[in-house]
Amino acid sequence: MSTFLLLLLTGLGLAGLYFLVASGLSLVFGLADVLNFAHGLFLSVGAYATWWAATSLPGAGSEGFGFVLAVAFGVAAGAVVASIVELVLIRPLYKRTIAQVLVTVGLSLAGVALLQAIWGADARPFPRPAWASRVTVIGDASVPNSSLLLAVAAAVVLAGLLAFLRFTRVGLVIRAGVEDRSMVTALGIDVRKAFTLVFALGGAAAALAGILAGVQFSVVSPGQGTSLLIFGFIVVVIGGMGSITGTAWAAAAVGLLQQFVNYYASGLGDICVVALLAVVLLVRPQGLAGVAGGAHA
Amino acid sequence: MSAVDAATPSSVRPLLSIVDLRVRIAGSQILQGVSFDVPATGVTVLLGRNGVGKSTTLKAVLGLTPAGSQVTGEVLFDGVPTAGQATHHLVRQGLGYVPEDRGIFAGLTVAENLKLAERTSSSLRSEASGRAEPDYDTAYQLFPELRQRGRQRAGTLSGGQQQMLAIARVLLNPNRLLLVDEPTKGLAPRLVTEVADVVTRIAESVPILLVEQNLALVRRVGRDAVVLASGAVAYSGPIGALLDDEERTRSLLGVGHHRAAA
Repeated sequence: MSTFLLLLLTGLGLAGLYFLVASGLSLVFGLADVLNFAHGLFLSVGAYATWWAATSLPGAGSEGFGFVLAVAFGVAAGAVVASIVELVLIRPLYKRTIAQVLVTVGLSLAGVALLQAIWGADARPFPRPAWASRVTVIGDASVPNSSLLLAVAAAVVLAGLLAFLRFTRVGLVIRAGVEDRSMVTALGIDVRKAFTLVFALGGAAAALAGILAGVQFSVVSPGQGTSLLIFGFIVVVIGGMGSITGTAWAAAAVGLLQQFVNYYASGLGDICVVALLAVVLLVRPQGLAGVAGGAHA
Repeated sequence: MSAVDAATPSSVRPLLSIVDLRVRIAGSQILQGVSFDVPATGVTVLLGRNGVGKSTTLKAVLGLTPAGSQVTGEVLFDGVPTAGQATHHLVRQGLGYVPEDRGIFAGLTVAENLKLAERTSSSLRSEASGRAEPDYDTAYQLFPELRQRGRQRAGTLSGGQQQMLAIARVLLNPNRLLLVDEPTKGLAPRLVTEVADVVTRIAESVPILLVEQNLALVRRVGRDAVVLASGAVAYSGPIGALLDDEERTRSLLGVGHHRAAA
C-alpha cells in the first residue's frame, strides 16, 4: 500500500511537471497554429534565471521569501523571453509554417549553445530550500516534498488558467480563437494581441516547470528543457491541441503510467508512454479532448 | 447628374466597388477579373452556380482568403482601398460578415458567442454610426429565442437557431454594409421564410451584399443582382429583369425556378 501511494504521489508530481511544460505548448498551437520547438528554451531560461537570482540578486536566495523572489524572477524572465520570441521571430512568419518550425528549432539549438557558452555544459547545483529535499509522511509512504510541490504548483496553474479562460474577455477570445481564428478576426477582434499573451503565459508556465524540475533534480543543465519538451509534445498530442483540461488529463496519464511502469519494470516507462501515444493516435487521432476534424481552416 | 454628384456624393458613389478582382487559391484560378459595385441601399444579390467563387469574393473583400492565395485587383469600401488593411480593422469600420456555415463557436455558449462580438474600445465611437453600446435590443427583438438560450452551448442549437445567432451577433455592432453568405443553406422551408423576413427588415437600415441560391427568396428581398459565371461577372442589373428571362436564368444558374414559393 505504501508503495502504491508513493508511486501515485510521485507520479502526480511528474504529471505536474509535464502539465506545466505542455499547457503553454497546447495553447500556443491551438490558438496560433505554431509548433514552438523553442518552448524547451523557456524552461532553461526560467531555471537559469532563478539560479542566477538566488546567488546574485539582492534579497533573493534559496530559502523562504528569498526563494519565492528568485522563483518569481525566473517565471518573469520566462514570460519576457517568450513574448520577445513571439513579437520578434514568430510574428513575421504567421503564414509560413515551415519557416516557423525552422526558426523555433534553430532558436532552441542556439539557446542551449548560448547557455553552455556562458555557464558551461556541466550541470550546476540548483539552489533549493532545505525542506524541498525532505520527505512528508502521508499514510505510510514517505513522499518527497519536491514531488508534492510539483503536483500542487501544477494544480494551482491549472485552476488559474481555467479561471482565466472562463472568466476574462481575453480568455473568451482565446477559446473562440482555438475553435476558429479567422472568424474571431471577422468579428472585429485583433486576435494577434492574444497570441502574444498566450506566448507569455506559456513561457511563464514553462519557466516554472524548469525551476521546479531544478528543485526536483537538484541540478540545472542547459539541455534539461529540451529533453523535457519531448514529453511535453507527447502530452499535447494525447490531450488534444488547444484544450487545457485535455492536457491535464493527458499529463496525469503519462506521469502515472511512466512512474508505475518504471517501478515494476525498470526502464520500460518511456516505451509505454510512446505506446500510449501510438494507441491514442490510432484510436482517437484528435486527442482526448479534441474535436474530430478540427476547426482550423 | 454631375450636380447631384457634387451635392450628395455618398448616396451616388457605390458603397463597395470591386475592380478586376482575381483570386488564385492552391494553384487554381477561382476569380478571373470580377468587377461590380454595391450601392449604398437595399439588397444586392450575388448569384452563380456552386463553386463559381461567390464565397471567395466575400472572403477576398474581407482579406479572409486562405494563407498562400494570391489576390489582385482593387476593392474600395466607401472609396478607400481595403488592400493591406487587416480583417478586424475592416470589420470595425462597419463591414459586417455572416459567413457560409454561420461561423458560430460551437464550444461557447450562446451568450458567449454574442459577448465575443461586443466591442469595448472607445475609439469605435468615432467610427461607424457613433453607437458604442452593443445593440442587444435589435438582436433580441429579431430573435427572442436567443435570450432564453443564453447558457446553451451554441453547438447544440439547430441549424436555424445557429443562423439566427450568427445574424444577431453581427447586428450587435453598427454596420455600414453586411456581407451575408447563404443564410438559408440547409434550412427547412419555414425557416427560409423567416430568414427572408429578417433580411428584409435589416435591409431597411443597412445595405446587404447577399450570396443566395434560393431564387424565390432572392426575388423577394433583392433589388440588384450580380451573376458570376466562370470566375467573372456574367450579368449585372435588376433582379426582376434577370429572373423574368427564364432562358437566361437557366443558362446562367443552371436551375429553373418557381414563382409561387416563399
